[in-house]
Amino acid sequence: MTRPVLAWAALAALCMLAPTAFAGEPQPWAMGFQPAASPTMERITSLAGFINAVIIAITVLVSVLLAYACWRFDAKRNPKPAAWSHNTVLEIAWTAIPAFLLLLIAVPSFRLLYFMDRVQNADMTLKIVGHQWYWSYEYPDLDFKFDSMIVSDDSLKPGQPRLLTADNELVLPAGVPIRLQMTADDVIHSFAIPAFGVKSDAVPGRLNESWVLINEPGVYYGQCSQLCGVNHGFMPIHVRALPKDEFAAWATEAKHKFAHLDGTPPSVAVALAPVAPEARP
Amino acid sequence: MSTHHDAPHGWRRWLLSTNHKDIGTLYLIFSVVAGLIGGAMSVVIRMQLAHPGGTLFDGDWHRYNVFVTAHALTMVFFTVMPALIGGFGNWFVPLMIGAPDMAFPRLNNISFWLLPPSFALMMLSAFEGAGAGTGWTLYPPLSTSGHPDASVDFAILALHLAGISSVLGAINFLTTIINMRAPGMTFHRMPLFVWSMLVTAFLLLLSIPVLAGALTMLLTDRNFGTAFFAPAGGGDPLLYQHLFWFFGHPEVYIMILPAFGIISQIIATFSKKPVFGYLGMAYAMVTIGGVGFVVWAHHMFTTGLAVDTRAYFTAATMVIAVPTGIKVFSWIATMWGGSITFRVPMLWAVGFIFLFTMGGVTGVVLANNPVDVSLHDTYYVIAHFHYVLSLGAVFAIFAGFYYWIGKISGREYPEGLAKLHFWVTFVGVNLTFFPQHFLGVQGMPRRIPDYPEAFAGWNMVSSIGAYIAYGGTVLFLLVVWRTFTSGRRVEANQWGSGATTLEWTVSSPPPLHSFETLPRIGAPPPVHNAAE
Repeated sequence: MTRPVLAWAALAALCMLAPTAFAGEPQPWAMGFQPAASPTMERITSLAGFINAVIIAITVLVSVLLAYACWRFDAKRNPKPAAWSHNTVLEIAWTAIPAFLLLLIAVPSFRLLYFMDRVQNADMTLKIVGHQWYWSYEYPDLDFKFDSMIVSDDSLKPGQPRLLTADNELVLPAGVPIRLQMTADDVIHSFAIPAFGVKSDAVPGRLNESWVLINEPGVYYGQCSQLCGVNHGFMPIHVRALPKDEFAAWATEAKHKFAHLDGTPPSVAVALAPVAPEARP
Repeated sequence: MSTHHDAPHGWRRWLLSTNHKDIGTLYLIFSVVAGLIGGAMSVVIRMQLAHPGGTLFDGDWHRYNVFVTAHALTMVFFTVMPALIGGFGNWFVPLMIGAPDMAFPRLNNISFWLLPPSFALMMLSAFEGAGAGTGWTLYPPLSTSGHPDASVDFAILALHLAGISSVLGAINFLTTIINMRAPGMTFHRMPLFVWSMLVTAFLLLLSIPVLAGALTMLLTDRNFGTAFFAPAGGGDPLLYQHLFWFFGHPEVYIMILPAFGIISQIIATFSKKPVFGYLGMAYAMVTIGGVGFVVWAHHMFTTGLAVDTRAYFTAATMVIAVPTGIKVFSWIATMWGGSITFRVPMLWAVGFIFLFTMGGVTGVVLANNPVDVSLHDTYYVIAHFHYVLSLGAVFAIFAGFYYWIGKISGREYPEGLAKLHFWVTFVGVNLTFFPQHFLGVQGMPRRIPDYPEAFAGWNMVSSIGAYIAYGGTVLFLLVVWRTFTSGRRVEANQWGSGATTLEWTVSSPPPLHSFETLPRIGAPPPVHNAAE
């Protein structure tokens, strides 16, 4: 029994790894998860691989039994039906074995569930607010916030994926645990980034929490994952993860660019730069 | 038979009907009509999604959401439930237990005639104002502050009417099955289809009132200034989700349990062998029904529930795989040692076992909260529930149709055309839904009218599959037409020695009053209870 299971596990793992290029975005014809970019997603991928192996084995077993029964007990081959309709041993076996398999799945599943739930020592906090139909990101530790809207098809630069690109990227440091807090101010949205293994609803009146540790700098994409009205499909999540020092540099710049958390304009920017000439009539 | 004096004719026969067979026929016709409409909506959805940047809706994405919503509501409340419960349940529960009719014939009439106005209200909800584009779950605040026109009110009232129809039907089935079994027909001798309807009726009776409560609160939140679900007034949107899924999860078993019953009858009939492990099969359904009430929050794994709560719902949900596994293995064991003829109902039944197994195992994947975080609200979920419903429940409906149409109409379906219908549908639905697993794991969210280019390939395949499957539906209409115009007359028992339930002892079609004298079920016990 072990060898076929292992073979299927290997096959399932191959399917998972099929898209080889590392990217935080979907790939054409891909059949598995996007490559994991966080410890959480690495663990989800491996748990899902294990469960996949189990369910493929079960499906194959059922299909083979079904096909054999159809062939062997066809009326032409077996004109006289048997009369039995009980077998206690069999019935106990197909109750106990699936129960055991489920237990086998449940143990790593619970372990991962509690691992994913909270992070103890986050280096920074990001507050995410869902709106109809854009995201806004608040950096409480750095005291600034900004909105992030979809870039329309005709404004895309070459190489930018359609429906996934936002005007203001969500910039985050790689390699540090980040606490994510979600809420919404109109209807329910859901903040999801497949490569991070993050999906958490942004519910008005509630503050949900999740966390992420981004393994490597790069660009990652996600989409709103709760039906939120007419432009539900058009509020992408566009993340740029930077090395720690580059992030610090970006943050300094961002403080001059974006409004404070209380909505007041960036003070330094106002002091240093007069109102741009083209803004005057 | 001197029943002519009280047999109504013409429109009175149908509008005022109190006969379980006529009402069952009305339900079946209603279900086919609704199914064609709901299926056409799904084809429109797949046409929009065939290519990235689809232009079918001309940029009116709200209209797309309305289609998604109306498709789901039509299929759940007006196609699958009326066919399995109102249609086959009405027709064959009284026949199988040897009862003259349902316990409350007039109630039965109301149960059916509430459905057309309910369906009309649901269609109005798609056309009133901007249309209800909330998804079939009607989550607030999108369904409250997000829909200022009256569209969602129409949807709520439609579901209220459908709910009343279902609860009245459930009361009728419970009373009939508990009180009107023929002498000797003990609970443990009832055919499994009757068992499935008994469990289903309990689920309806206990879950629909919770939906009614949730919908009423939604209605008053929308129109009368209450704030059950509005955080600004101290309410909580998640309260609605709890209430909805407390109904919604039993609801999926309401749609699949009668399917289990039908498949059990068909497998036994065409294997010419009693159902394997009859008691295990019956109590597996009872277990599924019971546990089905305590797993609802697995639909809410990403809403921010406490981690211990989610651990519980993960565990409870996985438990359901055990009785479900018992059923699948028992069906195969019923075939084992049998003498199987592959007439059309058996093809659908074997197809059901295979596809339901595939849908079932992906349910185990989704039951695990950590994995569900990746898959929730993606196309993986769409693939999963279409495998158990569109390929499970609907396959059982077609299996039941071919199994019983001779009994219902007195005429035989055309075998060749019916086989073609099966194979076209089988290929079509698998082509539609299998690639959606891939889209889901890659991260494509549900309910989006346009998608990034990377998802184009599998979406194209899926759309082609949907067109093929709808072609299958057209073949089905051809089958129905041929059956009624040129079908051979069939005798009382067209399936031979394997068909042992009571409906095969009356003529095809059965007389207006099925049993002039009550059948007696005594020793020897019916073959369903046969020991080794």
